[in-house]
Amino acid sequence: MPGGGGVTDLSARVDALLAQCDPATTAPQEFLRARFDAGLARVDYPVGRGGLGLDPVLQETVDRALSAAGAPGNDPDNNVIGLGMAAPTLLAFGTPEQLDRWLRPLWTGEELWCQLFSEPGAGSDLAGLATSAVRDGDAPDADWVVNGQKVWTTLAHQARWALLVARTDPTVPKHRGLTYFVVDMQAPGIEIRPLRQITGETEFNEVFLTDVRVPDAYRIGAVGAGWAVTQGTLMNERVQYTSGPAPRGSGPIGCVVEAWRAHPEQRTAGLQTRLLELWVDAEVARLAAARLGQQIAAGQPGPEGSAAKLEYARLNQAISSLELDLLGDDGLRYADYTTRMPVMEPEETKEPGWRYLRSRANSIEGGTSEILRNIVAERVLGLPAEPRADKNTAWKDLPR
Amino acid sequence: MSVGDLIYTDTEEQLRASVRDLLADRAPWPAVLARTETAEPVDTDLWRRLAQLGGAGLAVPSTWGGVDASWREAAVVAEELGRAVAPLPFLGHAVATALLLELGDEDLLPAVAAGERTAAVVVRAATAAHENAASVDLRDGRLHGSVPAVLDATTADLLLVRAGDALYAVDAADARVTPAPSLDRTRPIADISFDGAPGTVVASGPAVDEALAKALQIGAVLLAAEQLGLAQRCLEIAVQYLQTRRQFGRLIGEFQALKHRAADVWVRNSGVRAAARYAADCAATDAADLPVAAALAQAAASPAAELAAQECLQLHGGIGFTWELPVHLYLKRAKSSAILLGTADRHRAAIGDLVGIPAVPTEGAAA
Ligand SMILES: Cc1cc2nc3c(=O)[nH]c(=O)nc-3n(C[C@H](O)[C@H](O)[C@H](O)COP(=O)(O)OP(=O)(O)OC[C@H]3O[C@@H](n4cnc5c(N)ncnc54)[C@H](O)[C@@H]3O)c2cc1C
Repeated sequence: MPGGGGVTDLSARVDALLAQCDPATTAPQEFLRARFDAGLARVDYPVGRGGLGLDPVLQETVDRALSAAGAPGNDPDNNVIGLGMAAPTLLAFGTPEQLDRWLRPLWTGEELWCQLFSEPGAGSDLAGLATSAVRDGDAPDADWVVNGQKVWTTLAHQARWALLVARTDPTVPKHRGLTYFVVDMQAPGIEIRPLRQITGETEFNEVFLTDVRVPDAYRIGAVGAGWAVTQGTLMNERVQYTSGPAPRGSGPIGCVVEAWRAHPEQRTAGLQTRLLELWVDAEVARLAAARLGQQIAAGQPGPEGSAAKLEYARLNQAISSLELDLLGDDGLRYADYTTRMPVMEPEETKEPGWRYLRSRANSIEGGTSEILRNIVAERVLGLPAEPRADKNTAWKDLPR
Repeated sequence: MSVGDLIYTDTEEQLRASVRDLLADRAPWPAVLARTETAEPVDTDLWRRLAQLGGAGLAVPSTWGGVDASWREAAVVAEELGRAVAPLPFLGHAVATALLLELGDEDLLPAVAAGERTAAVVVRAATAAHENAASVDLRDGRLHGSVPAVLDATTADLLLVRAGDALYAVDAADARVTPAPSLDRTRPIADISFDGAPGTVVASGPAVDEALAKALQIGAVLLAAEQLGLAQRCLEIAVQYLQTRRQFGRLIGEFQALKHRAADVWVRNSGVRAAARYAADCAATDAADLPVAAALAQAAASPAAELAAQECLQLHGGIGFTWELPVHLYLKRAKSSAILLGTADRHRAAIGDLVGIPAVPTEGAAA
């Protein structure tokens, strides 16, 4: 293992960081930058890129030691797309210059990211997207000019940078004509319109791109190789749902058990049956996530990430529904439907009605449960793909 | 609370491979099926062979004639036995072994661990760990009474039975063992009665109840592993069929309605694997969480195995309903396993008590 000193070496590094920057007297941003430079941002990131190239399971030790010392966080809730999708994509496909520019402010939360993938005409069928990127001239490093419309873009209104997939060649079949870019959300030609969602909040947006110039230096991967990069991003999006072995009974199931204990007057045998079934399923899901983590740490990652995402969606929806039933009259209340920007924070701190409503997205965002089942059936179980008409036809000739 | 080691070690994978080879060689499913129609549904020759390889005493220390491995390895063997719906008394013998181990018995264990004697615990097969085990009467130093539906008793030569506050060892020849027609013919049950049988005291006092509960928990852990193996095998059989059967000019595996059902079985199995490994690890390390882990593994594995077997049958259409295919062997094993050592519902109720999800207040009781 690289950095073979292992845990002792790591705690020495943590101590050195704390000695160099006392969290009590250092500005949070300064502290986070120093932490990144010390290789303690994410120990599994490469050396010189915020990490030490170590086993990701060691991260927990670092996080625990630093938070015990009162170190500031990097706002993981607001930063979900940056940390969960942009960073792994950049690390896997970015050039050294791109990593130098983007990785540190991404990790510290100074610059938020969003993901310009979905379009009104391309959701599950993402590779069918229509947003175009055209080179301005023949020079190999000429700028690109982007036109099109994206939708459901979480955090677009706060993000400094975006991950974008665009069509650079409409004359080849759809998967082959795509290229992946990073886009400056402050560039001229970008218009962001908030969309109001089921909770009343405006978490996602429509994004219109009109003649937006993107330098070629912001291209990730080769021209026409955008689908492979996109797949990398989507894989990371799904793995996110399996992160961290939380303690037994924490999260949504903890909320509903608390409600059960607090409301003996609402208890019925039927509700208890539902609760115990969900408790078992939630505990099984927790162990499955822990097992997946151990597999990854042992260098034998399995396909169980897709199972985790499917179960997470199903359980969140069933548990939050039971929670409202358990609250009786109080289950009828909802604090505030006025249009507002959402405050991103852990679900447990929100009200039960919000948990119920927000969880409806869990089987849609990051790939619908139907698409995930297709992936499991075809890629894991080896079942044949459905017959499809769009595989060998140029994108421009497909019916739309 | 640590979640222990949830992945398989290299040694466990080697053990799996050798047990799988043995079963492929000695118990392919046509042979298992043929045997169910004979007077001796249990393959005692194969059981002896497995015992020679150490399979009867995996969790027993070598000082007592065992292999010095643990319940983790025993669980891997159980998985393979489930995959093959193998007709062996492994589970009943393991519960008896666990009981003797818990009681620190030195007299019987060596022969039991070596598989020279096959043992069974005389309790109703559907008894869950937290429930009272059956007992018989003791009069004039002799055992009297009967217990119906005892697991793996038809081939046991050593019976362990509770009478009063003690556990007795009885030679099976001194009891009346009546094989009962069973839903799962690969795992026969038997009604047992004692009519003045002589017995030897193995242990007495509160330790007996504690050891019985623990042994039944370990049985639940191994059964969950067996159910996992069965569920995985059912999915494999179903997927194979989906890849070969054509209707409407297509492989039926192209139909999304069927693909999604196969995917759902796979998702359930992934969860059961984690729960079963956790339970096996708790049993191996004698963790304080074993009661929860064992109940959890059963609550998850019983319905998952039933689902996998049921889906395997349904996805085969008419041919799935025939005697010729192995599917019915799996379905019968899955359903009987879901009752054995307590239904999922009973295990969930036990979990409710263990983790503090209090029941419905009864009429008139203070809220
Ligand atoms: C809260 C939230 C946040 C989001 N954030 C972002 C973001 O930041 N950036 C971004 O790019 N996108 C984002 N999305 C979009 C999300 O990725 C898409 O909504 C999703 O991929 C589904 O696409 P669609 O909405 O167009 O539905 P459609 O693809 O039109 O699907 C409609 C229905 O048909 C089903 N369906 C479609 N194709 C198949 C098939 N082949 N087999 C079976 N069933 C099928 C679907 O499962 C679904 O039930 C977000 C969505 C939500 C809800």
